[in-house]
Formats: sequence, structure tokens, C-alpha cells
Amino acid sequence: MRINCPLCGSRDSREFHYRGSAKLLHRPDGDAGDAAFHDYVYLRENPAGVNDDLWFHENGCRSWLVVARNVTTHEILSVKLAADVKRGGA
Amino acid sequence: MRYSAWEVFKNGLTGNKGWKPVWRNPEPKTHYDAIIIGGGGHGLSTAYYLAKNHGITNVAVLERGYLGGGNVGRNTTIVRANYMLNGNSQFYSHSLKLWEGMEQDLNYNTMLSQRGCIMLAHSDGQMDAMARRGNMMHMQGDTDAELMGRDAVKNLLPYLNFDNPRFPIYGGLMHWRGGTARHDAVAWGYARAADMRGVDLIQNCEVKGFRIEHGKVLGVETSRGYIGAGKVGMTVAGRSSQVGEMAGLRLPIESHVLQAFVTEGLKPVIDNVISFGMGHFYISQSDKGGLVFGGDLDMYNSYAQRGNLPMVEHVAEAGMALMPMIGKAKMLRSWGGIMDMSMDGTPIIDKTDIEGFFINCGWCYGGFKAVPGSGDVFAHLMATGNYHKAADMFQLRRFETGHMIDETGNGATPNLH
Ligand SMILES: Cc1cc2nc3c(=O)[nH]c(=O)nc-3n(C[C@H](O)[C@H](O)[C@H](O)COP(=O)(O)OP(=O)(O)OC[C@H]3O[C@@H](n4cnc5c(N)ncnc54)[C@H](O)[C@@H]3O)c2cc1C
Ligand SMILES: [Zn+2]
Repeated sequence: MRINCPLCGSRDSREFHYRGSAKLLHRPDGDAGDAAFHDYVYLRENPAGVNDDLWFHENGCRSWLVVARNVTTHEILSVKLAADVKRGGA
Repeated sequence: MRYSAWEVFKNGLTGNKGWKPVWRNPEPKTHYDAIIIGGGGHGLSTAYYLAKNHGITNVAVLERGYLGGGNVGRNTTIVRANYMLNGNSQFYSHSLKLWEGMEQDLNYNTMLSQRGCIMLAHSDGQMDAMARRGNMMHMQGDTDAELMGRDAVKNLLPYLNFDNPRFPIYGGLMHWRGGTARHDAVAWGYARAADMRGVDLIQNCEVKGFRIEHGKVLGVETSRGYIGAGKVGMTVAGRSSQVGEMAGLRLPIESHVLQAFVTEGLKPVIDNVISFGMGHFYISQSDKGGLVFGGDLDMYNSYAQRGNLPMVEHVAEAGMALMPMIGKAKMLRSWGGIMDMSMDGTPIIDKTDIEGFFINCGWCYGGFKAVPGSGDVFAHLMATGNYHKAADMFQLRRFETGHMIDETGNGATPNLH
């Protein structure tokens, strides 16, 4: 598998570290309550299809990326900087 | 037909014409007292114990493919009970005891071979941790745990590389009652025994939805039509999130691929199960002679029932670091299975807010050893509504109440357990 980092170009997936669903970008407010944090920390989107995941380009530019990947075929559909996604851009 | 030496002898003399298909292939009925979704090890053993221990025989196992085509037929067959934490300890101990009586109980040769499982240690700190784990096993009643020093391990496994600069071998914790079994035979043995007690095993029957009214499950929609049920149990391993979602559940589970490998058949050379945790490598030798080994997850979520090359390389490197002698063996095959990785690395066996709907999932990469125990306690829960004492800590709400059972101490993550 190769991941097309927006900053470094197409790189071997071994340079990257997988963290989990991109929903982790949206941490609830501190006073959101137990249920919201339980959901944030433990529950996972786990579709057998396209999923947005957080990857870290550990042995590269060390950016956090949002990778849209078909987890059944391993086809990568898009790669964006997590910072852009969080800001609502890109 | 009961299998026996006499049957083998008689059939040998009569051209082996007396053997019969091992189970029926019935059409689904319109209603069952209990439906089990998923014909892997856990589903088949649950159906068997429902019939045997609780007298519930109007049961169907619905399998979307063929029986035993999932992880139960893809794993590296290691059976052990060297767990440490309260919750896991009593459960795996219970399961191992059922393994020890399984062949007589099922009248089927599952080839359980208690050849001993050793976990290697590479530092003083790790030796202390092994001593602690061994003591916990003794306290649980599994007195076969033995802490072995470097010389004792050297005596037993002279071919290991003891002086690897990064991971020199200090000793290990041997679990003598651990070992391997024939995975397909476990699926077939439970399938046959369940069928003989009246359970309908329905293959090529995919569950596609639930019929739930007023908070109670009434039945399931399948690729072979609607089937009514008094109770429904879910044992679909890597597909737990999807099937759970059909009933409106969100689970603390992520699906990951685990790979395994086998070499060509060799003369007997590796007598035990050896686990080199620091290198993510473990190995045993099958009765056919192939070296069966595996490593860690591919480390990112996946439903592809195959692996990727980086992990093949990593596992091969770890194997060479531990036992250079295997370098000349030719690897024949590699394959992958989809693991239902839970967020604390421990399974979930529970009822749900939907009356009559029960879930059994989150087995991660360790659910083969759990097959008899899981079926026993899940059948108990489905039949009586009460938790079995060997599995009363596997509840789903532990993630809300903070009672996670995190054997490896990795925190809330699906891919490091
Ligand atoms: C490479 C590898 C090595 C492993 N090594 C070990 C080991 O050494 N020791 C150990 O203890 N464990 C090991 N495991 C883990 C173990 O194999 C699993 O945890 C265990 O088999 C899972 O339970 P099961 O047997 O019920 O799953 P499965 O056999 O996967 O059964 C689930 C079944 O559900 C069916 N299903 C899914 N969705 C539906 C649907 N909608 N409708 C109907 N049916 C459906 C599937 O087709 C499947 O047959 C390993 C796993 C792998 C992949
Ligand atoms: Zn980069």
C-alpha cells in the first residue's frame, strides 16, 4: 500500500502510523459528559467500505493526515492534511 | 454414527462404503427457539451447548458461507490459558478444562496436543513480569505454569539464538498444558455434535437485518427469507460491527487483518509452541510437519481477508532473529483473517437492550482457544439470562463504567492488543 502524502508525495505505507477513525479529530468539549467521551474514546466507525482514517506520517513530514480508504480493497481515494480538515477547509 | 476403532476396522474391510455425511443440510424452518448468527467456532459451540446443557434443541446456526470458512479455519491453533487479569484468568482456565474433555464429549478427534507453550523473556524486568503471571496462573489453579531460567530454556530449545544483541534470552514462562489442536476438526466436531442433537446448520444463509418490535427481537431477515426466533445470538467475529449495526448497536470494535504462514512439511524439529512477543513472532510445528507461524496485526483497519507484504517481511525477520535455522525452510502459503479487535483487547459476551438479542464478539486474535469456553458461557447466558461465573466481567458496559480488562496495558486502542 502506498499513501500519497500531500507534502511528500507517494510513499510506502510503512512510513505511516495508523491511529484510528478520523472522528478522533472532533474531541467533545470537556463538559460534554460521560456518554460523549465514552463514544469518542471507545466506539468506532467500522464500515466494510470507505472510511476516513487518521494516519501520521511518522518517518516523513510528521503531519497528521485524513486518509479516505476503501478498507475492503485497500484502495486509497483521497489524502488530506488533518489540519486542513479540522479547519473545515479542503 | 458414533466413531470408534471398531467402525474404522469394519469400514476398512467393507471398502469404506459405510461412512455417512457428517451433518444434514436442512432447509430453514419458519421459526426457531434460538438462532445463532455465524457458523464459526463460537457459533457452533454455542449451539451445541444450548442443546446439550440446556435442552434447547430447536436451534439454527445461520452461516453466510460454509461452516468453518471464517477464522476458525484460518488461525494458528494455539490453545492456552496463561492469562493474568481477573476476568480473563478464570475464563481461559475454564475454557482449557473444556478442551481437555472435548474429544470424548464430541466423539471427534480434534487432535488437541498439549505440547507446552513458552513465552520468552529478554530482561530482568520481563522475568519478574513472567514470575508474576506464573503465580497468578497457580492461584487460578493452573499449576502447570513453570518459570524457566536461561539454562533450562537452552536445554529444551537449543536451536534458539540466545545472544541476540537486542533481545538476548533470559528465560521464559512455560505453560505445559497449552498446545495446539486441529482447527477444522474443532469446527466439524462441534457442527456434527450439534447436528446430532437436532440443531439445524444452515449454510449459504446471510443475515441481512433484524425484525425488532417493542424492544424485542422477533427474527432475522436472511438471504433465504425471514426466519423467526425466540432468541438470537451473534457470533460473527470480524463482522460484528456490521451485524450489530443492523440491530442499531455501535460497538467498541474495529476490524483488523491478522496473517499467518506455513512452510513445507519438515521432519519434527519444534516440539512446543514458542512465543517471541518482543519480536512479534510465534511458531509451532503442525502434525503434518509444516512450521506454522504468525506475528502481529497489519496494524490498520481492514476487511480484506488477505494480508499485505510489509508484515510478511517483518514476521520473517523476527523468525530469523529468533531461530536462524528456519531460514532454509520454504514458505508455502500465507493467509489472513478479519479480527474483531475490541478497545481493551478483551471479548464482550452480553445481553443487549433489545430483549432476546445477545452478543459475543471482540475476540481479537485469541478466540480459537476460547471456542469451548465461549460456547458454554454464551449458551448459559442465552438460556438462563444470567452471566456465567467464568465470564461475568465481559460485559459491554465495562467501557462506560471504566472496568476494562486490558491484559497488555495499552489503553483504549484496537490495534495494539
Ligand atoms: C491468522 C490468524 C491466527 C490466529 N491464531 C490464533 C491462535 O493461535 N489462537 C487463538 O486462540 N486464536 C487465534 N486466532 C483468532 C481466532 O481464530 C478467532 O478469534 C476465532 O476463530 C473467532 O471466532 P469464530 O471461530 O466464531 O469466527 P469465524 O470462524 O470467523 O466465524 C464467524 C462466522 O460468521 C459468519 N458471518 C459473518 N457475517 C454473517 C452474516 N451476516 N450472516 C451469517 N453469517 C455471518 C462468517 O462467515 C464466519 O463463518 C487467529 C486468527 C487468525 C486470523
Ligand atoms: Zn508527509
